[in-house]
Amino acid sequence: MFELYILLLFMILGAIIAVEIKDLLSSVIAVGAVGLGLSVAFLILKAPDLAITQLAVEILCLIILIRATIRRDIPTLNRRKEVVGSIIVLLFIGGFLFFAYLALKDLPSFGHPIMRVSQNYLAEGLRKTGATNLVASVILDFRAYDTLGEATVLFTAVIGVLAVLRRIGRKKVDEVVKEEDE
Amino acid sequence: MNKKIKQPGMTLIVKTITRLTVGLILLYGIYIVTHGHISPGGGFAGGVIIALSFIHLMLAFGKDLALRKLSEKLAAFFESFGAIMFLTIGLLGFIGGYFFFNFIFKGKPFNLFSAGIIPLCNIAICFKVGAGLFAVFVALILLKVPIKKE
Repeated sequence: MFELYILLLFMILGAIIAVEIKDLLSSVIAVGAVGLGLSVAFLILKAPDLAITQLAVEILCLIILIRATIRRDIPTLNRRKEVVGSIIVLLFIGGFLFFAYLALKDLPSFGHPIMRVSQNYLAEGLRKTGATNLVASVILDFRAYDTLGEATVLFTAVIGVLAVLRRIGRKKVDEVVKEEDE
Repeated sequence: MNKKIKQPGMTLIVKTITRLTVGLILLYGIYIVTHGHISPGGGFAGGVIIALSFIHLMLAFGKDLALRKLSEKLAAFFESFGAIMFLTIGLLGFIGGYFFFNFIFKGKPFNLFSAGIIPLCNIAICFKVGAGLFAVFVALILLKVPIKKE
């Protein structure tokens, strides 16, 4: 338990550095460090499937995607911060924390989940599916319908990238874009 | 700006190391996918690693060589193929009773060919995720370049 708190502290520090630092590449690396911490935290909590996915997706994709595709002239925000916006954000965070305190009191304590449905999976997973990796048997057999929807996430991501980045999405206000440029 | 870049890609050191490692990365991704029902891993993580091997190639050698290995048309085909395969496996479950019914013989635990439809689902998700991530990267690369030149 103790090492988990050290990891959490490390991740919080990394997140603060990622927000506050000026250089964009350093900021990306700080976010990557947070992802690494999360991956190790998954390993400590005995979830190696999630650790592998986290390591591959969070760090490598984040760093490679941003580092390889970012442009040299990065626009930085130098305007003064808006006071009203900050107040509204603070109000929302306060409200969220208040209601989260009320809601989270009823949850079981950390490391002692309510084992109603999952107990059945643990007991009969190997016999019913034949997969020794119980995570695979849950996500691809008992809960395969959820995975069917989840698999289309990246397709949605492709469409989102194309919608934002194509030529017509970047035109200036008075610029006319020809049809074949799209 | 300056026009000193003659051939695409990074330096000779990066190219040599990439030539050595990219096959191992691809093999590791395939291992993670095919052993997803025995050991930790699975289709999503394996697909990401396979996509990363192609992205690695693209970073080191430039986009032309990587697109010759896996063109964007082929990536689009694999993405659709993964989705159709996953859906077909789900629909074939109606043979036994319900959606995503595990209708294939389950085999012995800890064998590579066991667990019925789960390895097939892993492979389908691997196609979908790998081709999808590669397509995101290709879209980011292809749509960036002409704007820089004009």
